[in-house]
Amino acid sequence: MSSLNKKNFFKSLMFYLPTLILFLSVLNEIDLNYLAIEYFSFNFAHILIFYWTLKNPYYLSYGSIFIAGLINDVVIGIPIGVSSFCYLLICAVTAYLRNITLTPNFINDWLSLLITILLINSIQVMSLDLIFSLEVNYMKYFINSGFTFILYPLFLFIFNRIERRIKFQKND
Amino acid sequence: MASSRDDFVIAIRSAFLKKSYQQKFSLLTLIFSSLIIIVLGSFNFKPIQYVKIGINEVIYRSSFIVSIPENYIKKFNLQLKDHLNLYDIYIKNKTDLSNLRKNKLNNDFLILENNRLRELINETIKSKDIYAKVLVDKDSPYLKSIVLNKGSKNNVKLGMAIVDDSYLVGKIIEVNYTNSRALLLSDLNSKIPVLLEPAGIHAVLSGTGKNYGVIEFTKEEYNQELNDTDIIVYTSGYGGLFKSGLPVGKINNSKKENKNEINFFSDFRQLDYVKIVSYEMESKN
Repeated sequence: MSSLNKKNFFKSLMFYLPTLILFLSVLNEIDLNYLAIEYFSFNFAHILIFYWTLKNPYYLSYGSIFIAGLINDVVIGIPIGVSSFCYLLICAVTAYLRNITLTPNFINDWLSLLITILLINSIQVMSLDLIFSLEVNYMKYFINSGFTFILYPLFLFIFNRIERRIKFQKND
Repeated sequence: MASSRDDFVIAIRSAFLKKSYQQKFSLLTLIFSSLIIIVLGSFNFKPIQYVKIGINEVIYRSSFIVSIPENYIKKFNLQLKDHLNLYDIYIKNKTDLSNLRKNKLNNDFLILENNRLRELINETIKSKDIYAKVLVDKDSPYLKSIVLNKGSKNNVKLGMAIVDDSYLVGKIIEVNYTNSRALLLSDLNSKIPVLLEPAGIHAVLSGTGKNYGVIEFTKEEYNQELNDTDIIVYTSGYGGLFKSGLPVGKINNSKKENKNEINFFSDFRQLDYVKIVSYEMESKN
């Protein structure tokens, strides 16, 4: 009986794993900045949201993405609502891509990610600079977008494995 | 042509309005909600501010707990670097110590003289110190700030100075009930009035978003007079937020390519405990 309960617990934990990783990443702001490698930074949350809402939105709800955005704003100290809006724009792009794509293609997805992050980072920079009069470093945003784009295949590999594991647990 | 436009419209409508995959909210509803929050936030709408303060209280503590493993790795990384550079640090410290011993006697005399002169004009500076622990110090590429575990409950107020040992590191920009956020001097939005010594030139120190600051708004004579000399940057006390004479950093003018760059005395990546300080000038007349 207890082993059955344990199994159910792990099954539901695996089901909520993408949401859990998203919340941990926005609370912890994983960006490896402490390594002090100049100019190295990437946005893990953008990669995670792009992947899971494109491949399998069943595991990552829009409501939790909205709340994660609010948390991210509080942690990094930018005006509340900006990250939520950007994260939801990623969801809008992935939802559109899902609707127009018949056979998924890695290169198409990768290039779409580049266009999406350039678009949302531009929106973020413009809103911070023009609406809230906060000075931001354009070059850092640009480099951040570049590394986020470059690191996507690595996380794609990891997330593919996690997704397979979740599906395996579900069908078990 | 018309059919491809129809396909586009259908895809867009489906993306924004359809609550597929057991989603509780449609994308459009949530996008509008975040837009409303942004707009109301930009007008400092009171309920949004209260919601933000409430979220801050919970999130800062949660973020501190979630960051424990990463902070452990960060500390281990720094300790490892210190061990590897042990010999170099020892040699540097030895030289610094002998220089400091020479200067100490002079400084002691100057402090006593300064106190006597302040007594003569019946003026004293009262300071109130609050010790705080750094809860969150995310070195985000967007904003350079730290979250402290003291808030309005402990009489922390907007604009109070943050000091690490005796070095200025930033000022309070947001106060919640049990915690507060301080903007570091390295942030792009940080601008403080400073004094460049030994020339006594007033300037404005501006953050760069990197680990150093730059000097802005000085007279032309600064460039002509202070070539090839090391300049110490202190707070000037203009604006009334900080007392004058708080050490901030050093400009190494011997390196031509780094001219005007201020290397801060304090390492902002290694802040564990800081002092929140407010200064009050008292005149007994």
